[in-house]
Amino acid sequence: MDNALIPKEVKRCPFSQFIILLGPVVGVLLLGVFAMSLVWLKGLNQTNMNDAYGFAAWIWADLTVIALGGGAFFTGFLRYIIGKDELKNIINYAVLIGVICYSSALLILGIDIGQPLRGWFIFWHANVHSMLTEVAFCLTVYLGVLIIEFVPLIMENRQIDRVPFFHHLGHRMHEIMAVFAATGAYLSFFHQGSLGGVAGVLFGRPFAFREGVFIWPWTFFLFTWSAAAVGPCFTMLITRITEKITQKKLVKENVIQLLAKISGWMLTTYIIAKIIDTWYWAAVTAPSKGFTLMDFYSNNPLYGIWILVVEIVIFGVVPAAILIIEKGRRHPILFITAVVLAVLGVCLNRWVMVLQVMAVPVLPFEGWPMYFPSWQEIATTMIPVTYGIVFISLAYRYLPIFPQEQELNPMGQMGPGEQEKPSILSDRKLRSAET
Amino acid sequence: MRDEKKYGMVIDLDKCTGCGACMVACMAENNVPFKEDESNKLDSITWMRVYKLTNEKPFPEADICYIPRPCMHCEADHGHSPCVSVCPATATDYSLRTGIVSQIYSRCIGCRYCMVACPYHARYFNWWDPVWPSDMEKYLSPNVSPRMRGVVEKCSFCFHRYQLAMDKAFLEKRRELKENEYQTACAQACPADAITFGDLNNPEHAVQQLVRPDRKNGGRTKHPRAFRLLERLGTNPKIYYLSSREWVRRAGDNYLKKENKTLSGRST
Repeated sequence: MDNALIPKEVKRCPFSQFIILLGPVVGVLLLGVFAMSLVWLKGLNQTNMNDAYGFAAWIWADLTVIALGGGAFFTGFLRYIIGKDELKNIINYAVLIGVICYSSALLILGIDIGQPLRGWFIFWHANVHSMLTEVAFCLTVYLGVLIIEFVPLIMENRQIDRVPFFHHLGHRMHEIMAVFAATGAYLSFFHQGSLGGVAGVLFGRPFAFREGVFIWPWTFFLFTWSAAAVGPCFTMLITRITEKITQKKLVKENVIQLLAKISGWMLTTYIIAKIIDTWYWAAVTAPSKGFTLMDFYSNNPLYGIWILVVEIVIFGVVPAAILIIEKGRRHPILFITAVVLAVLGVCLNRWVMVLQVMAVPVLPFEGWPMYFPSWQEIATTMIPVTYGIVFISLAYRYLPIFPQEQELNPMGQMGPGEQEKPSILSDRKLRSAET
Repeated sequence: MRDEKKYGMVIDLDKCTGCGACMVACMAENNVPFKEDESNKLDSITWMRVYKLTNEKPFPEADICYIPRPCMHCEADHGHSPCVSVCPATATDYSLRTGIVSQIYSRCIGCRYCMVACPYHARYFNWWDPVWPSDMEKYLSPNVSPRMRGVVEKCSFCFHRYQLAMDKAFLEKRRELKENEYQTACAQACPADAITFGDLNNPEHAVQQLVRPDRKNGGRTKHPRAFRLLERLGTNPKIYYLSSREWVRRAGDNYLKKENKTLSGRST
């Protein structure tokens, strides 16, 4: 049915199967859209946020998807600025994941503000002192850059490519892509940092507050660093999941290994910086405000010191160690363990820097408020996941996302599962070749 | 600046009985909306909130204290209030003329970053549209605009009273206000006279005479009974509290166990 749109020399499942498999995902996506509509129509009273939790699950999701989408800028930086040419084979996917993450982040921000129709006030009445202003500007501009980076890939769709204008447009855009990659990297270094600054500048919240350089608290640099380290891990994780689902090798191992090695060293240096930051904060910053480290991790039902140990050791030191050792990153199980742990690490770090900041009491006569999101918050938080799956599925089906796919999966040589169940697509191709 | 004022409060906790008159007066004066069920204090709006503190000791040493907590109108040691500096849309501002932190409701986008930044929980979000019982709308103050769903609000030091007082002074060709011309609703409503309001920069005002804040040292005071909430954070709040009880003064901030219990300027 949609054969004409599918890239040449690659195999895809039948359209009916594609639709059936996507059905449940779209169902969850529609539930999220329904919940989002409820929030827009009835207001933020649909959530379990309150005056103690001004920021909650959505801001966590926002910070997390942006960090995970960091693979786009850092892989682009490595490919176009540093000149790691092998990464051209995964950059498309990194950009695609980046587009999904950043568009999701802006959507979440649109849901999360109490007056969505006034969202443009950030640009019109911009407060240059606010980290959130910088985030909003950089996010919006960088999403534009990501879309520009993604457009040439759309132009490569078989049918669109047949139109001379689009063919040449895509070609010309490819030629100047280094400029956009550089712009994207520049913007990302700032907005990833600004997201860290959102918490770090809160001098009224000793749990979040950090000293720093000029106007930038240390969390500014830690957030950029962690996004650069973990973003590529997320790209590799999604690549592996895609390979598992499609039962195909889509990217050559040397590409993955190079990215894993760089990620490993980024993660190693990040975690060293994080340990130093944590030590200084616990030994100097917090005590100067009248708090000990354990004040932040006791007298409540959830936030114990375990959270710090898990974040730094299990989700930091362990994946970093696996990825910098060649044997570790070449071992399939250890590799996947490392990237999963690294991704969980950044998720936990963002949770701590949003939710725990809200939970820690500052006034001595207040207690720890606890929070659990409402179903509307959970459903809307699932939007990036489900929308991401749909977006990736469509892009994989109709666009040449993986340049090495044809080489790694020649049409004559089917994979183990494919030999047993030849697809409708390959049957049709066979018939048309016979005629 | 010649006209620079720093309006602030001194609240004598030895006088406060916890009656809540300040809270009621504040809500009535400023059209603060309320819910049908106000039992969940985490999403109800109280510009002025009275906390009840205990020294957690058994009888006969058991003691309690009430702390009224309006917005602190922080100036911060470096001149940037915690909330003002973070607002992305410049919807809250610090006035150098009055020292009052304002909130521009029609510009607020409801991102709640200011609430996150405020360590005093003095900022409140309108989770619902304001609804008053029938006929009660006739009793709303015409000088204060009600706030819509989705924006943040907080104590304004009854700024509309300042504006009215300044209008009157202007018509009388004056630029300065007398102390009693501008008073907040809570200060006037307190039956125990625990709340004193005025210009902390003006030596003729009672607030200045009560605590004598050191302008060159972040407004800190050497008054033995005076303290401010969370002073160590460097927020430089304009609400001063007086208490003759050490445990109450100590309850106003966070201290390490090893720190001396009688801190400088705080001992009785």
